[in-house]
This record gives sequence, C-alpha cells and structure tokens, in this order.
Amino acid sequence: MIKVKLFGIAKEIVSSSFYEIDGGITVGDLKVKLSNDFPSFSDLRSFLVAINDEYAYDEEVIKESDEVAIIPPVSGG
Amino acid sequence: MGNLIQIFDEPLDVDAVIDLVASPEAGAIDVFIGTVRNSTQNRSVRKLIFESFDSMAIKEMKKISDNANDKWPSIKMAIHHRKGTLQIGEIAVIIAVSSPHRVAAFEACRYAIDTLKETVPIWKKEVFDDGEVWVAAHP
Repeated sequence: MIKVKLFGIAKEIVSSSFYEIDGGITVGDLKVKLSNDFPSFSDLRSFLVAINDEYAYDEEVIKESDEVAIIPPVSGG
Repeated sequence: MGNLIQIFDEPLDVDAVIDLVASPEAGAIDVFIGTVRNSTQNRSVRKLIFESFDSMAIKEMKKISDNANDKWPSIKMAIHHRKGTLQIGEIAVIIAVSSPHRVAAFEACRYAIDTLKETVPIWKKEVFDDGEVWVAAHP
C-alpha cells in the first residue's frame, strides 16, 4: 500500500492528505483511477505525479517503495 | 549564513538574501521581490495561503539555480520562498542574483522567477470576503 501525498486543491478534492494505492500501476493508471474516484480532477487545468521528488512520466511504473505525490497546477512566487 | 535555497514559515528578510550572494567579484546584484497584491480580476483579496511540498520544492529551486549557473556561469543565486498565511504587502519570494556584470544578473533573475512559477510545487490560495480560490488550478 502506498500513501500518495496530496497538496493544494488535490487535498481539498479528496478531503484527505493521502490517497491509498497499491504499487505496480503506472503513473497514467494512477491519474485515470484518481479521476474516476474523484471526477473533479478532470476539471483541473492539468495535474502531474511526482515519484521520489521528481516529476514522472505516464509510462513509469510505481513501486511499493516509492514516495508518490499528486501535483496540481503550481502557483508559487 | 543561511542556505541559498530555503522555504520559511516566518517573514522573509531581503538583506539576508542579498548578503548570501554578495561577493567581492560582484559588480551587480539583481533582486526580485514577489509581494501579495490586494486584488485579482477586480476582486479584493484579504490574504493568501501558500502551501509547499517542501522536499520537492527545494529540489526544483536548486535545479533552477543549477541551470542558471550553466547558462550564466559567473552568477551566484539565492531563492527564499515563504509558506503559510500572508497578508497584503507581505513578501512571498525573494530571488537575489549577483554577477560581475549587470546583464547576466538581470537575465538570470528573470529566468528564475519565470521558471519557479512553472515548475516549483508551491500553491497559493486567494482568500476573498466571499470565498477562496486555488490560483491557476482551473482553465
């Protein structure tokens, strides 16, 4: 079980700081699963996934040992 | 001396960031200060709330600094970003760049703030009298 970290609007959509998944799925699968569970993700301008503090491609497979985070559109500065 | 790249819960210190990049080799120091504006699209803003994914945000800001050092080899860059609740007029980010000559300092500073706004995982929520909005979240 992986506790995917949520930030900003992602945290509000899910009403939690974490979203639990099992390893072995791809980043693209995670995005689809999240959008199915919480349709509001489809309304966002975009959202990305980070693995171990680096932006990840849709094809990357998530391992049980990975630290995973959902990155909604950033707005720092 | 603090770190060149940092995220703070407390108010930022412009002089401290300048001191981090000051050096005898520098002929110029360019400083960008991002502050909290009191309105957006004609709605008056009461305050901003910044949230940060600290470990990744630091890593992404270091990448900006590293890339800037590749493009403009003689510069030294510091970036301090604030998180938490900020009132109107407070400083959200300070970027200071020193360089032997001013052109590189201006260009690297502009590059840093423009890139930061696109890549660094920090989010701001605008709080109005009648609601709140995560900036840039929706098309």
